[in-house]
Amino acid sequence: MNNTKSTTQKNKRTVYAFSKDIYMRGMRDGFPIALGYFAVSFSLGIAARKAGLTPLQGFFASLFNNASAGEYAAFALIATGASYLEVAIITLIANARYLLMSCALAQRFAPGTPFYHRLLIGYDVTDELFGITIGRPGYINPFYTYGAITIAAPAWAVGTALGIIAGNLLPLRVVSALSVALYGMFLAIIIPPAKRSRIIAGLVAVSFALSLACGYIPLVSSMSEGTRTIILTVLISCAAAIIFPVKNEEGENNAQ
Amino acid sequence: MHNNYIYIAVMALVSYAIRVLPLTLIRKPIKNRFIRSFLYYVPYVTLSVMTFPAIINATQSPISGAAALIAGILAAYLGAGLLPVAVICCGVVFVLELFC
Repeated sequence: MNNTKSTTQKNKRTVYAFSKDIYMRGMRDGFPIALGYFAVSFSLGIAARKAGLTPLQGFFASLFNNASAGEYAAFALIATGASYLEVAIITLIANARYLLMSCALAQRFAPGTPFYHRLLIGYDVTDELFGITIGRPGYINPFYTYGAITIAAPAWAVGTALGIIAGNLLPLRVVSALSVALYGMFLAIIIPPAKRSRIIAGLVAVSFALSLACGYIPLVSSMSEGTRTIILTVLISCAAAIIFPVKNEEGENNAQ
Repeated sequence: MHNNYIYIAVMALVSYAIRVLPLTLIRKPIKNRFIRSFLYYVPYVTLSVMTFPAIINATQSPISGAAALIAGILAAYLGAGLLPVAVICCGVVFVLELFC
């Protein structure tokens, strides 16, 4: 903790201080994210419904998790009546990228920033919110991120609850169309880096192929989808880390 | 029979721990190259594994799911953001399933 050294931080205090402008700016930048969250979480709600969650449970699940892939993977497991441990493991694996993002964010707090800001920012580290937070130059002003969270987190939670409710009322064809929204978002996250890096493009292709193959290989195909996701992720990522170790800065800068 | 609220609590606890532990404990960059590399590749692999072939089985007809996959990849490749790609995928499925 650097809180005790106050003399050198006098001029940096403004960096993490509350400012209405910064907060509003965060809300503005969070608006398109909230729209996207709303659409995607609606389709997540359809998955939650298949897992037997009530709208209220879906609301809380999304409010406290803020994780598309993690929640989706967990719901798929819950639908099969998996153990709590399995759900914990898939949540850990599917959200492992947030670990890396949080490591990157941890480096960007101004010295002397009160500790509780780290606890609050940790509530909603997602691909998008991480992206806009880390995308700003210099130290983090947590109030910028809070502004974005204020609008994005409720959209995510309400969208999930509505997905569970309306998944029942909407025509089958509409549900069918909406259920690919989540995959569309996944593609929007993996394709741009794959375009920039041949290694990631290759990894995406290998992952697609092995994931497809696992549906047909005896023994493996009888495992649940969530378990297969865990095994494939660990195996492929380990192999990639051994064969193509990243250079020093790459891990953080390209993780957006 | 498991309790949904315990499931949600387990998910929430793990999700929060993953995010808040690095923020609070790690103040220095991770040095281990293997761990850095592993963490760097994990998101792309997980999302890829979860997207395919699941997207094809998510829709009423596999053809519309496959079309959504191709359209989504193309749109993302051409630089479309989160919301546009998601909307394009949904649109492709909806239109195709009017005819299929």
